[in-house]
Amino acid sequence: MNFDFSDEQKVLQSEARKFLEAHCPISRVRTVLNDDAKTHDQELWKGIAGQGWLGAAIPEEFGGLGLGHLEICLIAEELGRAVAPIPYAGTVYFLSEAIMLAGDKKLKAAILPQVAAGNIIGAMATAEGPGALVPAELQTSVSAGKLTGVKLPVIDGNIADLCLVLAKEGCQDSLFLVDLNAEGVTREMLKTLDPSRDAAKLTFKAAPAQRLGSAAGGIALVEQIFDRAAVLFAFEQCGGAHKCLEMAKTYALERYAFGRVIGSFQAMKHKLVDMYVKNELARSNAYYGAWALNTNASELPVAASAARIAASEAYRFASKENIHTHGAIGCTWEIDCHLYYRRALQLTLVVGAPKLWKERLVRHLERRIAA
Amino acid sequence: MDFNDTPSEAAYRARARTWLEAHAPKKAAVGDALAAAKAWQTKKAAARFACIAWPKEWGGQDGTPIQQVIFDDEESNYAVPPNVFQIGLGMCMPTVMTFADEATKKRFVGPAIRGEEVWCQLFSEPAGGSDVAAARTRAVQSNDGSGDWIINGQKVWTTGAHFSDFGILVTRTNPGAPKHKGLTMFWVDMHGPGVTVKPIHQMSGESEFNEVFFTDVRVKDNQRLGPVNDGWRVSLVTLMNERLSVGGLPPIGWKQMLELARTFTYGEPAIRDRALRERIAEWYVTTEGLRHLRNRTITALSRGETPGPESSVGKVIIGQQLQDQAHAAVELLDQFGIVYDEALSPMDGAFQRLTLLSPLYRIAGGTDEILKNILAERVLGMPGEVRMDKDIPFKDLPTGR
Repeated sequence: MNFDFSDEQKVLQSEARKFLEAHCPISRVRTVLNDDAKTHDQELWKGIAGQGWLGAAIPEEFGGLGLGHLEICLIAEELGRAVAPIPYAGTVYFLSEAIMLAGDKKLKAAILPQVAAGNIIGAMATAEGPGALVPAELQTSVSAGKLTGVKLPVIDGNIADLCLVLAKEGCQDSLFLVDLNAEGVTREMLKTLDPSRDAAKLTFKAAPAQRLGSAAGGIALVEQIFDRAAVLFAFEQCGGAHKCLEMAKTYALERYAFGRVIGSFQAMKHKLVDMYVKNELARSNAYYGAWALNTNASELPVAASAARIAASEAYRFASKENIHTHGAIGCTWEIDCHLYYRRALQLTLVVGAPKLWKERLVRHLERRIAA
Repeated sequence: MDFNDTPSEAAYRARARTWLEAHAPKKAAVGDALAAAKAWQTKKAAARFACIAWPKEWGGQDGTPIQQVIFDDEESNYAVPPNVFQIGLGMCMPTVMTFADEATKKRFVGPAIRGEEVWCQLFSEPAGGSDVAAARTRAVQSNDGSGDWIINGQKVWTTGAHFSDFGILVTRTNPGAPKHKGLTMFWVDMHGPGVTVKPIHQMSGESEFNEVFFTDVRVKDNQRLGPVNDGWRVSLVTLMNERLSVGGLPPIGWKQMLELARTFTYGEPAIRDRALRERIAEWYVTTEGLRHLRNRTITALSRGETPGPESSVGKVIIGQQLQDQAHAAVELLDQFGIVYDEALSPMDGAFQRLTLLSPLYRIAGGTDEILKNILAERVLGMPGEVRMDKDIPFKDLPTGR
């Protein structure tokens, strides 16, 4: 049994942490948060491209480092810890993974080296407004290679170059690759709960679209991409949740009330343990997800669902109880707690709310029992 | 990252499998469970599989904790009798081996490892469950010149006392000292005069634990384990030696809940109930989280590291989860949920049984609250509890009644 990352992978992680501590202190996150016009930290984006993080899992023949998915799990954890204001997920978890899953050699050669070099930002557009996506009610459609419809919210939609768009072609749903810089695309900024990340409303009017994967294979491909992304997001969430526990612990050991540090009160100790327990369960589920992702195991849909559910719960809980531990000061703009709270909400919703993943998980378990 | 054994672990697993295949029972024994448990223990001890990590001179293999985990995993595939020796071999014997004289060790270790003699641990008292150091059972040295000690008092929640031959016992020897400084540990003969064992009738109807009464029980001074009034330090050794537990998996989980939901209707098939589906997903995620936490612990062991108190995470959540599952299951059966009859209730009444057993799961072996204190203090580094009883003589402490 070696249910852990290797020493080399852990070195990579600690290097990533050092890099982000130097180049992505929380003050840098605030510059994006505080400025409505600022969509992301461009300097940091260049920096991480220089570190090779964008092409970590891309094969060397397509300009990447040719490492595995375990490495990007650990990078994701550090990005989550740093609340990094960059479009890493859209570019790496969505675009790069989708091309590696469903692109032919020509497409891979055209896109992956550009991703690895930091020249292309990716995004994914599935939602069309409030509520969970229902394939039958999909409004966006493609006809003769032209896409028409409205997608929102699209994370990083204002800055992305290439977007994966789920749309109907005739009565079949497929996934399309759309150049957002081409004609027929209108982008509008959306106000969100997490202004440290960009989000857009995209309106397509006969925008050129290229199908990725098979016709009628859209939902299935989106599920495959989401499963893979769910594991990587789970690591981001673990990174953020662990940071929240550290912040709460530090504050509880500094802050005095009634003549003692508040961390000596059992109510506070037990709250911190509740955070710790959820974090450990999330981490353990995320590890299993990482194993399934890296080996492309048939367990991936179940492992990814479990990782996503546990990590969403851990980060949600840790970020809200971190605020509570800080007391009223934790509710101010000046104290950093809300940055994690916002990001926790963003990550909980980004590839579908936990409710949806719980339903998916049970459907898989039913099949397993029936088999 | 993989789930494979290292080559040496694989070789050990093969060795364990071969031996188990040749010797382990394939069908559960009928009749005398204790006799079956003892017979199986004798076989394991003869092959040195009883306490793998113990030194060879005491019947072990000088093996590693990971080898013990591998053997336990493999052994769980067979219909072996319940292990009634865990407390004796995991907690009592290490204490005896650390604090007793050579003759005592020679006398007891062999019979214990072979399963010929069963040991119990006499710590908890009616006035001190979580607060073990508040023991009131008195040991007074006789003034007849024999050096013998006379013991009076009561222990409670003693697992297996009704079939134990010996026990280790925490007593109060100096009530004038603060509570941690007036304790002394002894080993006692459970069949000796003045020892009365009375099973506790649990709310579940079962009797796994006992009350043990000591009335003028006379023990020799050489039955003392460690110095007089140093019993707290000795008991910490006992508790630290708690059998390296990587935790088992709960008897009832998401799978049974899912099966129940597939079988019964609640207006519509229960499995279509969204709320129940969400809960099943949550139970699955917790159970899997614990399974993989265990895998992380085993990984640490495999590398020769010592897992810390973080393995208590499972104990903190599983009692509550089992209780929640039991309640959800009986509610799902609606009015029929109240029926607790093995012949009529689903799964032979396992869920009804669990409603009555699960309250104790959250208490036995350390309450949820005590375990959270341990995690907060030892893992997270939070301050210890404020103690009002630290410097006050034990006899002057308020007792309530």
